[in-house]
Amino acid sequence: MSDNLLEIRELTVEYHTDEAVVHAVNGVNLTVKRGETIGLVGETGAGKTTIARSILRILQTPPAKFCGGEILYNGQNIMALSEREMRKIRGNKIAMIFQDPMTALNPIEKVGFQIAEAIKLHNKITKPEAERRACDMLETVGIPMERYNEYPHQFSGGMKQRVVIAMALACNPELLLADEPTTALDVTIQAQVLEMMQSLREKFGASVVMITHDLGVVADSCDSVAVIYAGEIAEYGSAEHIFDYPAHPYTIGLFNSLPKLDSTERRLKPIKGLMPDPMNLPRGCKFRDRCQNAGDKCAERTPDVVEVSPGHLVKCVLAGRGDA
Amino acid sequence: MPTLVEAKNLKKYFKTGGGMLHAVDDISFRLDEGKTLGVVGESGCGKTTLGRTIIHLLDPTDGQVFFEGKDITKPTSKELLALREKMQIIFQDPYSSLNPRMSVSESITEPLILQGKLDKQGIRAEVRQLMDTVGIAARFENSYPHELDGGRRQRIGIARALALKPKFIVCDEPVSALDVSIQAQIINLMLDLQEERGLAYMFVTHDLSVVKYISNDILVMYLGQMVEKAPSDELFKNPLHPYTRALLSAIPVPDIHNRKKRIIMQGEITSPINPKPGCRFMARCQHASEECHAPQLQKEASANHFVACCKYQQI
Repeated sequence: MSDNLLEIRELTVEYHTDEAVVHAVNGVNLTVKRGETIGLVGETGAGKTTIARSILRILQTPPAKFCGGEILYNGQNIMALSEREMRKIRGNKIAMIFQDPMTALNPIEKVGFQIAEAIKLHNKITKPEAERRACDMLETVGIPMERYNEYPHQFSGGMKQRVVIAMALACNPELLLADEPTTALDVTIQAQVLEMMQSLREKFGASVVMITHDLGVVADSCDSVAVIYAGEIAEYGSAEHIFDYPAHPYTIGLFNSLPKLDSTERRLKPIKGLMPDPMNLPRGCKFRDRCQNAGDKCAERTPDVVEVSPGHLVKCVLAGRGDA
Repeated sequence: MPTLVEAKNLKKYFKTGGGMLHAVDDISFRLDEGKTLGVVGESGCGKTTLGRTIIHLLDPTDGQVFFEGKDITKPTSKELLALREKMQIIFQDPYSSLNPRMSVSESITEPLILQGKLDKQGIRAEVRQLMDTVGIAARFENSYPHELDGGRRQRIGIARALALKPKFIVCDEPVSALDVSIQAQIINLMLDLQEERGLAYMFVTHDLSVVKYISNDILVMYLGQMVEKAPSDELFKNPLHPYTRALLSAIPVPDIHNRKKRIIMQGEITSPINPKPGCRFMARCQHASEECHAPQLQKEASANHFVACCKYQQI
């Protein structure tokens, strides 16, 4: 068995609308090792969620269209599976935690039932057995099992997200896709949920793809990081190396635009301008309009990926030359 | 600097099916001209209601509000109209706070027409000027909100708030809906405007790193009450209330070598409907004991540092 649970190679996804083609994901390469937590960081519209949904094959096609690349899960190309085979993996081996717990649950079913449903679907067990395991899952995420028969509206936001996490973990998945799992929650509740995910990860040994825009969350819970910009991976490497030696101008800009808790400076350093329109991406480097160091070379063609140190990849022509 | 806004024992209760909801419960503060008061707390703690009650979008249940030394708790409609020029609000969500059927220039023109001080040409010039001030290029004049990104929309919200040259602006989570790189642009804009125009801000947010950056004083709210208030640096250096400590420890810091020990609170915010007289944080507090059942009084722990916890010296 190889070390790599998931390998994404040159994944390209477009959305075809009446007016235009949206280039959402443009040749993304990504590897998730067993037991690893990888953070996908980027701004709204960078393509993070599209990548996650591609892995589960839950993108609506059309308008979405897979234009190339492959996703290997345990060495098997997910793109080539039939829908029937895919259904055995989805929610069982690969599960997803959605961003908004308010809409991820079915409002007219009891929460316990919603967890038991997933368990029963993927395991040959009786209904009472599935219910018993659903109760266990509730307890695991810190909800008393007496609340099995309650409906989502009777839970607070943090509790609902716990239910969503319980559902995702119910079948003991190998890979967990967490799409902004704490963005809709208050900081104190976020701390609870992150802490819980950490201990569950240790307990279940799952790999996690953590999608977030919050570098604080990444520092807190990720082993490696992929910084996504305009559907491309701008920078990729171990979390430690990227936080210590960020090399892509976009990553550096992201760090600089954060208000620091210990800073005394009177002004933040934002990245100027906006992310390019994915319907109309510029030639060459996608970041060059906002980049302080951009030169003529950046407009010529898409930069190659440079390995600035072992395992630390940067998509920038200036990377590794010390002046990026 | 003279005091611009002052609240004294301000209360705002809402009647609900289950009883009285204490959204803002006995809050007092002063805000000087040109300064920023940060108000932090979790969803449902009453921070937005506080902001809205101060500028009279909501009528207070009890207590007083002063503006430029004048009691404005119960203004006549004529007084209120005059006050609106001086007190404005920037809303949280730039997607729903703008009229989708109004173009950029129409949105910014609206308050100027209502004010009725400028003629048509004057208004046109003023709108151009405002767009320039908040950094929206003139070519967007006839665009509609749906054609713009969140950052530009929030700039329009700011231009609208600035149009009547107010002295005081309530900023209700103005950057929460924006991406970090855009967030920094808007925060810088607000700081520039404050310096140029001597504006006072009440900055309502749940993002503690932003609030530290922008505020002179910070007021921490929990279930409608003020649990702690202190100058910004002091609060971060020396938090006294157990809730403030837990809140500060919960901020995820983008520093990989400093994964700090979080104080994980048990449970979640309890209901603000018919709360009991004692400390409202008691149920989640690891230091709670018998004496916390009594009402908690504000104590001045050091100069300008107020805390509402009877045990702050022991913990």
